[in-house]
Amino acid sequence: MTAATTESPSHRPWLTPFNMAAGLIVVLGLVITARRFTLGLGTVTNLDDTNPWGLWVGFDLFCGVALAAGGYVTAAAVELFGMKRFHSALRPAILTGFLGYSLVCFALLYDVGRPWRLPYPFFVSQGVTSVMFEVGACVLLYLTVLFLEFSPTALEWLGLKRLRQVVVRLTLTLTVLGVVLSTLHQSSLGAMMLIAPSKLHPLWYSPFMPIFFFISSIAAGLSMVVFESTLSHRYYAHTMDEEHLRSRDQVTLGFGKASAMVLAGYFAIKLFGVALGNNWSLLATGWGLWFLVEMLGFVALPCFLFSVGVRDGNVTLIRGTALLTVIGIVVNRLNVSLLAFNWYLPLHERYIPNWQEIGVTVFVVTCGVLAFRFIVTRMPIFYEHPDYRVVH
Amino acid sequence: MSTSRRKFLGWMAAGASAALPTDLTAQHNHFTGYPDSYGVLHDTTLCIGCRSCEAACNEVNSLPEPDVPFDDDTVLAHKRRPDAGTFTVVNKYDIEAYSQTPVFRKTQCNHCLEPACASACFVGAFTKTAEGAVIYDSSLCVGCRYCIIACPFNIPAYEYDEPIEPRVMKCHMCHFRIVEGKLPGCVEACPMEALTFGKRDDLIAIARERIRKYPSRYIDHVYGEYEMGGTNWLYITGAPFEEVDMRTDLGVDPAPKMTSGALGMVPMVIGVWPVLLGGAFLMHRHLDRLAEQEKNEAVAEAVGRAQAEAEEKAKRASERAQQEKEQAVEKALKKAREEASKGGQVED
Repeated sequence: MTAATTESPSHRPWLTPFNMAAGLIVVLGLVITARRFTLGLGTVTNLDDTNPWGLWVGFDLFCGVALAAGGYVTAAAVELFGMKRFHSALRPAILTGFLGYSLVCFALLYDVGRPWRLPYPFFVSQGVTSVMFEVGACVLLYLTVLFLEFSPTALEWLGLKRLRQVVVRLTLTLTVLGVVLSTLHQSSLGAMMLIAPSKLHPLWYSPFMPIFFFISSIAAGLSMVVFESTLSHRYYAHTMDEEHLRSRDQVTLGFGKASAMVLAGYFAIKLFGVALGNNWSLLATGWGLWFLVEMLGFVALPCFLFSVGVRDGNVTLIRGTALLTVIGIVVNRLNVSLLAFNWYLPLHERYIPNWQEIGVTVFVVTCGVLAFRFIVTRMPIFYEHPDYRVVH
Repeated sequence: MSTSRRKFLGWMAAGASAALPTDLTAQHNHFTGYPDSYGVLHDTTLCIGCRSCEAACNEVNSLPEPDVPFDDDTVLAHKRRPDAGTFTVVNKYDIEAYSQTPVFRKTQCNHCLEPACASACFVGAFTKTAEGAVIYDSSLCVGCRYCIIACPFNIPAYEYDEPIEPRVMKCHMCHFRIVEGKLPGCVEACPMEALTFGKRDDLIAIARERIRKYPSRYIDHVYGEYEMGGTNWLYITGAPFEEVDMRTDLGVDPAPKMTSGALGMVPMVIGVWPVLLGGAFLMHRHLDRLAEQEKNEAVAEAVGRAQAEAEEKAKRASERAQQEKEQAVEKALKKAREEASKGGQVED
């Protein structure tokens, strides 16, 4: 993945501030990598026997999977629900999803004790009673699906027309498979904590966590598509074709409208969750306040702002709100996996990440950005390849 | 609550409660343990905090030398938990309200009847043996540490400083000794008989008998009989269990029950989604085709109408032309005739 820094087109200067920062992060990441695999998890993380999961699970896995949901959401909208007008958003969304899931798996190599055994649950000994087994199996299969969904882009770039034709014919099957697998693992990621009702704060623990995670992943996916398009437009507008640029505001408005509706539904079911657990009294505690910040500031507020943005046709507001929603999803996933986990323990028994854990997470995200840049500057992501133009 | 949850999840997927098989809600009777499985009864009223059990555990399991020797009881000043080099620890609790002397409580794996760790492990590295012990196979372990998340008693520990082959570490009730007919190391070493090894059913009877005989000495509860579905390690104590760091809010449902509902949904999602999504696809394709067809028909009709109009126009034009031509011919003939008759008159 570091190849991306060195292989940028030669006519442009490559010693830019961005490249230098990225290079520094990559070097630092490699140093921590070496420490992780020679000295063990104890040296580079603040994990302990009471807090066995840290940033690499809480952010890289829980947030990573949610934020990579744009692939299945957009593919379902365009390929299954007949929203062909969002076609230009599909390839960037698939790419973001594919890279997102690749990075989730990449980051897991750091977190698990014996990463070379990751195929064990499938080929050596199947622990089918584990929610983790379901998450693992679905993530692995979905990564394959995303690879195949992404491959036409790469095959167009490589000029392998016949092979591309074969993969394109699988589109419908792959899209349905993608939605099935995403439904399963997005929700089962929420089911992971079901086994620990005594450790997760009751405001976040709910038998409905799988449904909460699945519904919020749709909002996360929609918002990530808008957020990614905002960034891409700033830096890669020159690679976009006319159709992509023309349909951009339409995509923003459409996805903003969908986000508003999904967030409204999500807010409602979260409220039902509090009601069904009869946890109203907990809202008046410190943790309740934090829960309300999440619910009002990162669910209700973006829902309202999306609605206003759609009503007024204000794409700038929708773009800003998409970022707010993305942050909100991160807050929720970190709450469930880290912050509200072991909530009853005194601070000195709680987990606070080591700088090297943050370093690896930044390194992993940087790898993703570099891979994204490598691909969009070479392959037909923001434009249609002239040889494969189709009528929509 | 779990029944209604399962039902609700069923509705979510099947779209109708009628589609939910009754079997799914009928699994009320859970596993009550292997018959004649062994366990240990820990009577905290007999424990003097001598740490002989810790020393014996360390020895029979060849665990690393401790930082502080086992005969040094200064470690009891602060709370400890089992870790990667320690399967069991004794903690001291000063509870003035209940007793003049401190209460000592031993901590180790409770060996659940339906273990959370075994349920959570995605490679099945944990086994609940027929003898009662929950044992761990490091040759399968990937090191995801989900077992540590899952354990309600905070028991499994991890070798964080082992870069190549880190293991999860926890008490295994000296299973290898039990199958040889020996006692677990800690039980054998206890000088006070604060630990009693035996068949779980017998231990429950012994515990009840002690509570019955000395009601002022004990809280009327055998911890582990029902907690988390029941454990093979049992406790009786004089102080309330919360005071000796034993949670009483864990409930009686075994850990696997927490996730079985969600896992049961997997086949439903796999079965239902393709139908709904395929349906959505076909519906939209149908609508697209209808729109296309209507458009084509409208175009064809418009073209046809235009064509007919043009033909009509041309026909009328040609008719008019014909008429005009005939009129012109007639006019010319008439004129010729008139001129001819005029000419004749001149000649005459």
